Amino acid sequence: MAALTKPKNLQDVAAPGRDGVGASPLRPDGILKVKGDFAYSSDLWHEDMLWGMALRSPHARARILSVDVSAALAQPGVYAVLTHEDIPGSKFYGLEIRDQPVLAIDEVRFHGEPIVIVAADHPETARRAIAKIVVEYDVLPSIGPVEALDPERYGYVHAPADYKAHAFGNIVHSQHIHHGDGDSAEVRALADVIVRGEYEVGMQDQAFLGPESGLAVPAEDGGIDLYIATQWLHVDRQQMCPVLGLPPEKVRLTLAGVGGAFGGREDISMQVHACLLAQHTGKPVKIVYNREESFFGHVHRHPATMVFEHGATRDGRLVFVKAEIVLDGGAYASTSPAVVGNAASLGIGPYVIPHAAVDATAVYTNNPPCGAMRGFGAVQMCFGYETQMDRLAAELGLDPVELRRMNAMEQGSVLPTGQVVDAPAPVAELLRRVKEMPLPEVENWRTADGPDVRELPGGLSNTTHGEGVVRGIGYAVGIKNVGFSEGFDDYSTARVRLEVIGGAPVALVHTAMAEVGQGGITVHAQIVRTELGVDQVTMAPADTRVGSAGSTSASRQTYMTGGAVKQAAEAVRAVVLARGRDRYGWAPAFAAGLRLAGGKALTAAGEVVADLVDLLGDEPVDETTEFRHRPTEAFDKVTGQGFGHVQYTFCAHRAVVDVDVELGLVKVIELAAAQDVGKAINPLAVVGQIHGGSTQGLGLAVMEEIIVRDGKVRNPSFTDYLIPTILDTPPMPVDVLELADAHAPYGLRGAGEAPTLSSTPAIVAAIRAATGLPLNRVPVRPEHLTGT
Amino acid sequence: MRETLGLTGPKKGCDLGQCGACTVLVDGRRITSCLTFALMHGGREVTTIEGLGGDPEGDLHPVQQAFVDHDAFQCGFCTPGQIMSAVALLAEGHAGDDDEIREWMSGNLCRCAAYPNIVAAITAAAGR
Ligand code: FES
Ligand code: FES
Repeated sequence: MAALTKPKNLQDVAAPGRDGVGASPLRPDGILKVKGDFAYSSDLWHEDMLWGMALRSPHARARILSVDVSAALAQPGVYAVLTHEDIPGSKFYGLEIRDQPVLAIDEVRFHGEPIVIVAADHPETARRAIAKIVVEYDVLPSIGPVEALDPERYGYVHAPADYKAHAFGNIVHSQHIHHGDGDSAEVRALADVIVRGEYEVGMQDQAFLGPESGLAVPAEDGGIDLYIATQWLHVDRQQMCPVLGLPPEKVRLTLAGVGGAFGGREDISMQVHACLLAQHTGKPVKIVYNREESFFGHVHRHPATMVFEHGATRDGRLVFVKAEIVLDGGAYASTSPAVVGNAASLGIGPYVIPHAAVDATAVYTNNPPCGAMRGFGAVQMCFGYETQMDRLAAELGLDPVELRRMNAMEQGSVLPTGQVVDAPAPVAELLRRVKEMPLPEVENWRTADGPDVRELPGGLSNTTHGEGVVRGIGYAVGIKNVGFSEGFDDYSTARVRLEVIGGAPVALVHTAMAEVGQGGITVHAQIVRTELGVDQVTMAPADTRVGSAGSTSASRQTYMTGGAVKQAAEAVRAVVLARGRDRYGWAPAFAAGLRLAGGKALTAAGEVVADLVDLLGDEPVDETTEFRHRPTEAFDKVTGQGFGHVQYTFCAHRAVVDVDVELGLVKVIELAAAQDVGKAINPLAVVGQIHGGSTQGLGLAVMEEIIVRDGKVRNPSFTDYLIPTILDTPPMPVDVLELADAHAPYGLRGAGEAPTLSSTPAIVAAIRAATGLPLNRVPVRPEHLTGT
Repeated sequence: MRETLGLTGPKKGCDLGQCGACTVLVDGRRITSCLTFALMHGGREVTTIEGLGGDPEGDLHPVQQAFVDHDAFQCGFCTPGQIMSAVALLAEGHAGDDDEIREWMSGNLCRCAAYPNIVAAITAAAGR
């Protein structure tokens, strides 16, 4: 085989700059992105590459009686048609439990499950080949979340012999939290009022704009090079190696441009299929999903049913909470266990409550698999507990913000898991800040020339000129953990190299962090400039030649890979300054007290003692380190007690809506947020994250849901699955608080997810205020408001 | 366009005219290129994001520069389409105020929701 080269279009992102921590320098990949030159995974190209495609199940649950691929194989231009029988290694993968077949074996468990994969010389050829495959099914009744809890009657999603999970019926994972005296009769007697509510959250999709895609290139050593859009290169590899029957050093991954992720790229999708086809044909194979396939090809946010009871005294002190949560995990486990851990441990919200009993369970069903999405288990709960807080306030005749502030947790508070919050927790302050922001104008649609319909619900559809339009205001606050929890060994690796190039000091940063748009590489360059006092920082492509960075998820990358880059830069600085000991005879204590800035070594008082270029000479300094946050521990299985999360993050929202109560149309007028980020490493990027998270919460509040009926997905397109457009997105004033967490690098706090939580309940609270309706389910649709 | 000419600036976000990531200009008018065949536009001038700054190595177009300066994107996948749409919107004279910009940009989805900064970038490019 001819020597294979790097695919066309894969660029190294490199740019000089001046700005350090706390500034908002431009993105190093920004110019490429606005010029259309940035190579996303779907843009990759290789001479002689083939196109891969999958045949997917049209049924949610069926036995596969036969698969006939002969006509597909006979078609000219087809190079491979593979079923599970062609897999050289393990036939299963999975992030937490290896329960998902790479290609269906004898049975399909969800609508869209891949059964056969094809490689052909053109996407059209592949499509025609797929159409010629004949599969005979024996269709079985699908198991939904209600049936799942009664396996004796409705059966099991997985057969008894398959997985240890079967031993627990259709339950993937459960977590109970028992705090104080739970909801015992004595505790209940202490409450003057008890409010009970049942809530539902529909299935939300990440709907990243850049579809799943990648290019697998077989290498001369029998290995594979995969160029891929993902959130976590190393764990993709860890799942793929056993399937391909290859050792890790023969499966090399490089990050291609990622068009958004939001949790939907935490699990693998086409990665292993592309590699199997490349391995089989000896040719590069590209797979790109179309939008419909993307809806089938990744996990979604868990739909939830939640029953809450809140007890309080007459003067508004919370006494107890009882919560029972069932999450629909879909056909395979994905990250369901961790989602359950979050739902249980964060399930009562950012409040101090002396007694709590929380039960969270994820079940296997024949619905699409659910896993990670921005807010990870905390989003669903926030809709439940914040709705309860509003109802409790109404019951007690208290102001809803006041009730929240009275019960707000703060630094030193004890969580229901027994963990003491040992960093700032400004919940009451965030609520105060959103409450005190100036309110938008009332009836802003009135103008001298009559109503401006663009400002009214229904917009240019011209459905009202103000008749039936009622304004509502709602508030909510949420709590999210940062980083991997429950005893997981969470670490990130960074390599920093410093050398003189063309007479100037230049730093190189190499990590495996997936830049998915969050601005991680911008932040890494800022950190290196601050720590090493250099202007020019280059980014090596993220790949598996360096150690794992962990996933771009859980709001963790600035903390973790940012922390690793800081630590590696500090190691480089120590080596550089030690050279001054040899070169200039500095005493060790003197050298240790120096800092690097503006290309010089300086004393604490600012006196220049050496040029960085001279200190470095012609020998580069190259350091690689692993960074870990404080260890966490698993929650006790019975009581749910334990130091489970390393950091907490908080955001509060105020939503202002106008509702056309006759037609059920909602216009969000303004969505204000206040969030504590510990330290804004890049203030512009922080605001961007808060806007992005708030808007996805808006989507969940009033429009976004994958409709599943009897296991069948009904709306896998952007025509039927609506996400917020620029018209749906209101002005979003943001107030950023910076109260340092002493345990974290620079005191920072993960920022990306918290705004996704409280946005949804704040908007729904505002709609309730306008309509007086209970609205216990999201998304809220027009028919829920008009009762039709 | 993407496969034969190697112009991968216009993106495929849906292939069904729903997202705007594939927006290009045909004789200065914006269209979603996923819904059309090159054959249908014989003799017309098609401008993709690659052709916007004129010379590929040259300066950025003012709208491109405004998107960089206002951080009007995160992942950037929607950006070529947003910029092409914004260029046409400015030529059409539809940047009168924020509401008008929103209205005329509503065919371009951004899942990262960089919308506030997109409005700011277009406003700046309009010289307001
Ligand atoms: S690709 Fe979405 S509109 Fe063309
Ligand atoms: S920047 Fe990611 S979709 Fe717009």
